[in-house]
Amino acid sequence: MRNITYCEALNEAMLQEMERDSNIFVYGIGVPDHVGVFGSTVGLLKKFGKERCFDTPISEDAMTGFGLGAAINKMRPIHVHIRVDFLLLAINQLANMISCYRYGTGGTLKVPLVIRAVVGRGWGQSFQHSKSMFSTFAHIPGLKVVLPTTPKDAKGLLIAAIRDDNPVILIEHRWLYWQVGDVPEEPYSIPIGEANILKKGKDITIVATSWMNVEAVKAADVLEKIGISVEVVDPRTIAPLNDEIIIKSVKKTGHCIIADNDWVDFGVSAEIATKIYEKCFGVLKSPIERIGFAHTPCPTARHLENCFYPNAVTIIRSVEKKLGLEPMDLTGESFYSHENRFKGPF
Amino acid sequence: MSNLSMDIYRKLYLIRKSEEEIRRLYPENEMKTPMHMSMGEEAIVVGVCHALSHDDQVFGTYRSHALYLAKTENTDNFFAEMCGKVSSMQKGKSGSMHLCDPNRGFMGASAIVASHISVAVGAAFANLRLKNKKMVAVFFGDGAIEEGTFWESLNLACLMKIPVLFVCEDNGLAVHTSESERHGYDSITDIVGKFKCNVLKEESTDAETIYKLVLKAIKLNEENQMPCFLHLKYYRYLEHVGINEDFNIGYRSKNEYIDWAKRDPIKLQKSKLLALGYGKELEIIELQIDKKIEKSIFLAKKAPFADESELYKDIFSDNEAVI
Repeated sequence: MRNITYCEALNEAMLQEMERDSNIFVYGIGVPDHVGVFGSTVGLLKKFGKERCFDTPISEDAMTGFGLGAAINKMRPIHVHIRVDFLLLAINQLANMISCYRYGTGGTLKVPLVIRAVVGRGWGQSFQHSKSMFSTFAHIPGLKVVLPTTPKDAKGLLIAAIRDDNPVILIEHRWLYWQVGDVPEEPYSIPIGEANILKKGKDITIVATSWMNVEAVKAADVLEKIGISVEVVDPRTIAPLNDEIIIKSVKKTGHCIIADNDWVDFGVSAEIATKIYEKCFGVLKSPIERIGFAHTPCPTARHLENCFYPNAVTIIRSVEKKLGLEPMDLTGESFYSHENRFKGPF
Repeated sequence: MSNLSMDIYRKLYLIRKSEEEIRRLYPENEMKTPMHMSMGEEAIVVGVCHALSHDDQVFGTYRSHALYLAKTENTDNFFAEMCGKVSSMQKGKSGSMHLCDPNRGFMGASAIVASHISVAVGAAFANLRLKNKKMVAVFFGDGAIEEGTFWESLNLACLMKIPVLFVCEDNGLAVHTSESERHGYDSITDIVGKFKCNVLKEESTDAETIYKLVLKAIKLNEENQMPCFLHLKYYRYLEHVGINEDFNIGYRSKNEYIDWAKRDPIKLQKSKLLALGYGKELEIIELQIDKKIEKSIFLAKKAPFADESELYKDIFSDNEAVI
């Protein structure tokens, strides 16, 4: 057993892989500075030098195309964005170039490119530093989209992404960086496209993405006290989506809530719900419930921000409603809050 | 001198003849891909590619028939892809706008203006790191300069001293819009010249002149490691997309074409060789190329289409491992 943070796990994954393969390099705005993208790239410059760990001009679009060019010429770039919102400047490269490059060369070229992007949240991140955009990327054929939740996932999935010969977008939630968990010291990979059951249960299935898994597990722990057994399933990869474990779980429980760390409309929850309706028709005991961000831009002021984001309480109330239970008394329950952790500014 | 001139003519003729064949065959409706014809720009691509080695790499635009043939001379694959046949490396998935042949250094072509420029810079960066001595040339029209990503890419290459030849093929038009409607500046070379970059320009339609200019660009890069911006003028003979002339529309005058056609790159090269007394050799070369193209077209027409299952292939590498 060795407990490290999600952030340390990401760092260790890159460090070990860069030691293994000299063609791997990491770059992006702020990557080699003292902050090192919330600490995830700290120490890489010292270890590997500026040839393999470098800062870039504020040119997200060109720097993404640059990664594609290096990848087709046998390098293995890791491009880091401190916000998903900034990655949107490169959507042309993602949708028009990277995703179809191999297809367009008749399978002649490979694109072993990793793009890491962080979902911002603290307080006050507002509408340009807080986006997830999961389904936007997952909608495009030719891109793999991975959302690590635990520290063990962070290391194993990042290593899998680096070793993958295809473009992989790894989206990391800012709050997950502080999660602590058991992470093996040696390099290992977790297959891209494999879901994970974070908590076993039999009464209801909660499919959650990214940070919402933390909220879902908390909700499950609270509900356990009143005898409700919740199964929490984390798809971990949303493109390509392997629904096998999700379907198996829903067939067992008959009830499903999907808690996505993103907007609901046209989102990952819509895709997963459709898969469940297609494969669990006649088995479902109630309609699928979807939980996600309010369908608004993210506001800045804390009291409005609290209305924007769903949390464990949202999930608990939703489960109670679905199972026909009276709302339980949550007095004395301590819910995850970053008021004590997050002191700003970013 | 004569071998060089003859080699250059061979490529010029190969390109022109191939496109003439497209013009002849397009109405048969077998080539179901939007044709952005190269006619008029042959001197640029032949001049540049002749100065490059087989392993050097180029990136092109949707108007890359000439570049593809200048770099690869692979008429079999060219016509197979135009016809969308399984015998093409891309099996019909790419068509005229996305030609490529990485094994011969043609690394890809984009139909989103300027999107391939940063890709070329990244490819050149990899070559630099891998110390494989491969040079990269990226071709784009003057319209690409209006895209932000051109400036991002230029800035990056200058900053990191990445050896890229930025080849601006300036025909003065973006579809039907003249440069006076698009440019808030007078001289692009003056502006690019402020970057840490070698800048060369030429208005000649003589492929040998371009060739010598590119040798100079490569030498400059060896001396100062800076990338090079080449500003080269040409005239687009045909419509933006399609196989026809479009002087009747009115956005440009046929007199412009008549002026440029007097110094047409293929005619120019041929007249130089004829003046040197190579008439017989030219006849032989042209006949050989005619036969090569005829055979490529025959094979393309004869080849089957890919099986429908091809639709789902080559999205990912090792696709079978992907769930």
